[in-house]
Amino acid sequence: MLRFILGFIGAVFAMILLISLFSNLGTYFSNPPAPLAADKWHEEPKHLALASDGLFGRFDKQQLQRGFQVYSEVCSACHSLKLASFRDLEGLGYNEAEIKKIASDWKTQVASINPDTGEAATRKALPSDTFPPPFANEVAARAANNNALPPDLTLITKAREGGASYVYSLLTGYRNQPAQLLKEFPDAKTPPNLHYNPYFANLNLAMPPPLTTNGQVSYADGTKPTVDQMARDVAAFLAWTAEPNLEARHANGLWVAVFLLLTCILSYFAYQQIWHDAKRVVRRTGALDPENQAKANRAKGKAGISG
Amino acid sequence: MSFSWAKAYEPKHPAMRWIDERLPLPRVVYGAIGGGYPVPRNLNYWWNFGVLAGLFLTIQIVTGIVLAMHYIPSTDGAFNSVNQLIMRDVNAGWFLRYAHMNGASFFFLVTYIHIFRGLYYGSYKAPRELVWMLGLVIYLLMMATGFMGYVLPWGQMSYWGAQVITGFFSAFPLVGEPIRIWLLGGYAPDQAALTRFYSLHYLLPFVIAAVVILHIWALHIPGSGNPTGVDVKDEKDTLPFHPFYTAKDGWFAGAVLLFYAVVTSFAPNYLGHADNYIPANPLATPAHIVPEWYFWPFYAILRSFTVDFILPAKLWGVLAMFFSILLLFFLPWIDKSPVRSGSYRPVFKRFFWLLVVDVIVLGYIGGAPINATRVAIGQFASAYYFLHFLVILPLVSAFETPLPLPNSITESVLHGEVAEAAPAGQTRPRRGSVATAE
Repeated sequence: MLRFILGFIGAVFAMILLISLFSNLGTYFSNPPAPLAADKWHEEPKHLALASDGLFGRFDKQQLQRGFQVYSEVCSACHSLKLASFRDLEGLGYNEAEIKKIASDWKTQVASINPDTGEAATRKALPSDTFPPPFANEVAARAANNNALPPDLTLITKAREGGASYVYSLLTGYRNQPAQLLKEFPDAKTPPNLHYNPYFANLNLAMPPPLTTNGQVSYADGTKPTVDQMARDVAAFLAWTAEPNLEARHANGLWVAVFLLLTCILSYFAYQQIWHDAKRVVRRTGALDPENQAKANRAKGKAGISG
Repeated sequence: MSFSWAKAYEPKHPAMRWIDERLPLPRVVYGAIGGGYPVPRNLNYWWNFGVLAGLFLTIQIVTGIVLAMHYIPSTDGAFNSVNQLIMRDVNAGWFLRYAHMNGASFFFLVTYIHIFRGLYYGSYKAPRELVWMLGLVIYLLMMATGFMGYVLPWGQMSYWGAQVITGFFSAFPLVGEPIRIWLLGGYAPDQAALTRFYSLHYLLPFVIAAVVILHIWALHIPGSGNPTGVDVKDEKDTLPFHPFYTAKDGWFAGAVLLFYAVVTSFAPNYLGHADNYIPANPLATPAHIVPEWYFWPFYAILRSFTVDFILPAKLWGVLAMFFSILLLFFLPWIDKSPVRSGSYRPVFKRFFWLLVVDVIVLGYIGGAPINATRVAIGQFASAYYFLHFLVILPLVSAFETPLPLPNSITESVLHGEVAEAAPAGQTRPRRGSVATAE
């Protein structure tokens, strides 16, 4: 009885699913969904190889310093870096004095209280502070950016599919909208105040091209600051802000893996040793036992199996 | 323990004797996971995954308790306490957090293998029905715990996942919406929801641990099953759990931990979703809301109901999704075949592998963005899921002719497949449909 009830329930679910299936197929063929410009013109990120990739990957500190320079001279005008602290810059190879100077010279100051009057005030940043955001709040940020909110960049390479490759591709992906696209999708013209970029999910991005000319920043280490190079460097820097512990994680992981591999091999031999006698006992009384083999042969003979 | 040859505990050290006489805990442990538990000697590696599930439960509890020391359960502070405090400032916080995140995935992975092991080898059949049902209770508790844990970082997927999953209840007419509001403590996920999810996320693992004890207790009454599905007959068929299976579980646990360490160290976010690194924003719905990978097959079933047929599509989806798990409780009575092991059931075996493929397809569909083709595949695969358990399985168990079973476990251990068929009456009583070697 139970099985009939359950069978009935199963049949009902299956029937409704098949009705859904056929009804959807009907709609699909009678009224096929219109293709979107984004389905056809969106591009997957170009691969960006970083020094921190792979099992032995370590950050290229020179590149991170260059990327930090691009962030502080260009990106930080609109984008915050709220989760990172100045003291974290030690990971880029800066020493204590340099970090102190970077913090106190930072263009926005930290909100504080006037110690005499208790009124709102600002003070210079300290190494223990997080990077002060460029805008005091979301409303101010939107007001300055055509109502678009520039996202915080600390975790951006983890918060977007494609990570650093996506950041690099987006920064170098601005171009004029292809004529072919407009021919196919006349309604898809990029609206005013937006910018065409095939790496962005819906193709039209509020952020104007931030890296426009070669030499926009001047690198101290002599690297040529082409747009492509600046995009690579800042993407590498943002990979670091999202995962400052990457080197420790990789090093730790290698040791753990080596330790577990050795443990595994040794305990496998221990297992073999412990089971050695148990397996022999089985062999004596198991299928290779002459009595069992005779039985097996008789069974095979009866079933007409040879060999 | 039910086997007469199970060794009794003999304290070797006077201190252990002293304890054992006053509180026989050493005796209980020895009988449960020591030399006092006889286990069939022919277990294959699919039998290792129960112990592994216990291992990952332990890892989750240990890493989770330490994480709870640093986590701040507030809508303002949760995201930063995870992504700033724990990931950057707490010593080895990044390690704890990634170990916990991936530990959840590995806990589900080994549990799924454990469940499918049970499905293939008929582990749900008499006399182990309660073992199976307690296992399903553990699984349901794991799902609740996993879901609530995913909400805690208060990222975009946390928030919208909580919104969607509590939204299931609003599909039910009349009582649904009040239940949803009661569960969330508000009209949408907010501080009240986050705090209670945190509280329950801390509580439920200990409930799981308690049900695990019942699961093992119920298992130890009949003893472990084995790949032939034939009952243990005498001492020759078994080996003491310690040292034989502790050694086998031990080295294999090392191998799985190695895999876990490699994923945790080198691809810690591979199994997660990028959107959960964006702070929760009730005003911006993500383009594709998806749960964690271990819920994808059920999510695919939910999304497959697209037509209002008598009841609204959403209610059908929710009912079907709940029932897709509940039906597993009836499995011991759905599959009436007296043969436990799928190895001796040629027709069942084929359908079993079809089910495995079906669930993997459902998983893919549940995780991928919707389009017309994927919806159609998901509907077909969902229909097959229900037909498999509720229609095909009872029919197969009624009409299938199983292969001859070996006389005993010992005989099957080497070349069991050529062993002579058991004459009727010598093995467990079965229905007449069982064939002999002719």
